Amino acid sequence: MITIQTEQEDDFYIIKVIGEVDASSSIHLDNKIGEVIKSHKKILVDCHNLKYISSAGLGVFMSYINEMEESEIKMVLFALSQKVRNVFQILGLDQLINMVESKEEAKKLVNAV
Amino acid sequence: MARKLLQLRIFFATGFISWFVMTAMILVMSFARANQISHGLHEVLPDIFFILFFLSVFSFYKVRLGRSRDANLQELLWRIFVTGLIATIASLILSPIENLFVSHSRSGENPLVTNLIYNINVGLITAFFISTFIVWEKFIFYQKSKRLIITWRIFVYFLFATLFFTFFKLSIFDPYYLSILGIIFIGSVYFSANLKWVAYLNFKQKWKSILLFVLIIVYQFYFIHFMYINQADILIFNAIQNITIDSLFIFIFLYAFISVLVILFNLPTSSVFEKKLEEIINFQRLSQSRNTGKNEQEVYEILLESSISAVLADAAWLEKNQSKSGESSRLTYKIKEEDISGLTQIISKSKTKKIASSDPIKNLKSDRYIATLKNNRFKSVLVFPIFIQNEIVGSLILLKEISDGFNEEMINIIRTFVNQAAISIENFKLIDSALENERYIKELNIAKTVQRSLLPTHLDHSGFFDIVAYSKSADEVGGDYYDIYKVDENRTIVIIGDVSGKGTSAAFHMSQLKGIFHSLVQLNLSSREFMVYANKALAQGLDKNSFITASIYNIDRHSRTIEFCRAGHCPSLFLKKDSKEPTYFLGKGLGLGILRNNEFQEYVNNDRIKFNAGDLLILFTDGITEARNIQGKEFGYDRLKKLVLKNADNSPEGMKNEIIGALYDHCESKAPDDDYTLIIIKFSKKI
Repeated sequence: MITIQTEQEDDFYIIKVIGEVDASSSIHLDNKIGEVIKSHKKILVDCHNLKYISSAGLGVFMSYINEMEESEIKMVLFALSQKVRNVFQILGLDQLINMVESKEEAKKLVNAV
Repeated sequence: MARKLLQLRIFFATGFISWFVMTAMILVMSFARANQISHGLHEVLPDIFFILFFLSVFSFYKVRLGRSRDANLQELLWRIFVTGLIATIASLILSPIENLFVSHSRSGENPLVTNLIYNINVGLITAFFISTFIVWEKFIFYQKSKRLIITWRIFVYFLFATLFFTFFKLSIFDPYYLSILGIIFIGSVYFSANLKWVAYLNFKQKWKSILLFVLIIVYQFYFIHFMYINQADILIFNAIQNITIDSLFIFIFLYAFISVLVILFNLPTSSVFEKKLEEIINFQRLSQSRNTGKNEQEVYEILLESSISAVLADAAWLEKNQSKSGESSRLTYKIKEEDISGLTQIISKSKTKKIASSDPIKNLKSDRYIATLKNNRFKSVLVFPIFIQNEIVGSLILLKEISDGFNEEMINIIRTFVNQAAISIENFKLIDSALENERYIKELNIAKTVQRSLLPTHLDHSGFFDIVAYSKSADEVGGDYYDIYKVDENRTIVIIGDVSGKGTSAAFHMSQLKGIFHSLVQLNLSSREFMVYANKALAQGLDKNSFITASIYNIDRHSRTIEFCRAGHCPSLFLKKDSKEPTYFLGKGLGLGILRNNEFQEYVNNDRIKFNAGDLLILFTDGITEARNIQGKEFGYDRLKKLVLKNADNSPEGMKNEIIGALYDHCESKAPDDDYTLIIIKFSKKI
């Protein structure tokens, strides 16, 4: 089960991922990110309420890495639980995707890069 | 059949013999009377033989016609007509023969010949009347009721009883005689009301029946006339004075007469009845289409065809919205494709009247309506959408050249047709999807067989360690992979991998990985080089969203080192002998297929660890550590660590059983929802 909420703060587009991202619910996340990157350059993903992510969910983030780099889109994940962060770390995605503790840090990071 | 044939033969024989004896007696009596000599025969004897004859003929026809269930009423009527025709022709041929004899006799009369010919006629009349009577009985019983059967039985017994009245030799004008005929008359009128079969005849059959009935009545009158004009004084057996024959005549005539009248009155309504019958048949065609092997297209065709004939539409078309392919198609009747779009516009602009829906799908925006068109060849139109599972799959448009061409009843029948067609089509879809599901399961089973064959059945390795492996997939097909390659007596390479996702595509990628492993392992590469090449090879074949995690271990006895590389795979566990602290190999690493360019090599390491006798290396996939129970709690890395420590002195097989057992206890009734693999390597005490 997954709920995706979106909001805009200045020129930041924030995607709130609530619940669990597994093989079936990852499709919603995929669609949302795919839609957002068409029109926004600064994307923040709020993982505060992300309880669990499966390899299919990781696959979604992974699949946009190249595309974002090419179109100079900045995406930062913030407020990940230790468990979720671990999953990213084991796969090595933490080396390719920016992850920070808070929204403020995330905004700072997006603007800095 | 054989029994029926025997019965027919017996009745025919007794009938013929009794008629023959009767005729012979009459001839003797007639001869005696003419010559005024005594014949020594009792007066009632011919009557007794007539009764015997009558009953035989009755039984004969009862057996012959009574059980022929398959014969329809029209056929029976035709048979009676033929019987009557033959009897009449026979009688007509006999009459000049009689005249010939009579005119040549001196006295102007020849009682012997007259009586003979008359008696032959009596035989023919009896046979004709009785056969007609039996057929009329079948007509009356077209729709049986218990009361009808009982009253009819009484009527028939009463008719048999009249046979014995001949003994009283009553005159035709005797009150008793007349009152019996009166009773028969009333009974005949009563049974003549049973004409339900008339309704089931179509227009043509009705005309044919009228013709046959009229001809049968003509024959009857011919015979009655024949009997009446004969010289009663010289006849020994006078049929006109036989109350049973009179009764039979009254009944068969009345029934035939009333039938003709009723059919005549029913002629104008027969087209309505035919139409109703056609509608029922069409309805049946729609509902039985699945059983008769028709497809969806044919159901639409039947729907269009049935609807046109039900409302007598001048033109029509059926629009099908095909949601899957996005294109729509239509079936047309007496209307050109190019006229349809124009008409659709006219219809949408014209005044429409919605039809109230009485169906369960009330909440839907019901678009069924009648429209009246102006300035067009068609004056009225009926539009009916076809719903399947609350979704409009098409619509039926019926057109008429007259205004207000659709009445309430027509709308009702169209509603029924459309609903039934929708049910049929829905059934098609349900069955199709069930079949597809079955096909999918079959495919999965094939994939499962293939996938099983990808995992090694025999762990061939250098003899300085023990190894056990256990792998199980959640779906029919898994994405976990492990393999082992013995380079020589001193070196063995072990790989473990996990393809993201589950099912068929995961298994497909897993087979790619196996191919890559078996090619690259020959090249004597370092573990890191292996992963870099593997990533390059996989970059071409993996789905956009897919990646593979893997760890490779190059175990060397001489240097007592394990050289390894972790490509995003969950860290393996290493326990030194006599140590209390197992460690996870969590170093730098990145899954295969995540970066599909040269940058990948920056993210993977070549690591090394020394091993000694009795050390343990445990490889696994995240299906074990991430296995969640109903509460959502994961099995976890710590739990695994503790189990390994606890079973450090156990055999690898024993340790495996303990870990898998604990995993199942953790998941309780719920089966693990991911694939999981566990490999335990224990170095021998003496290396």
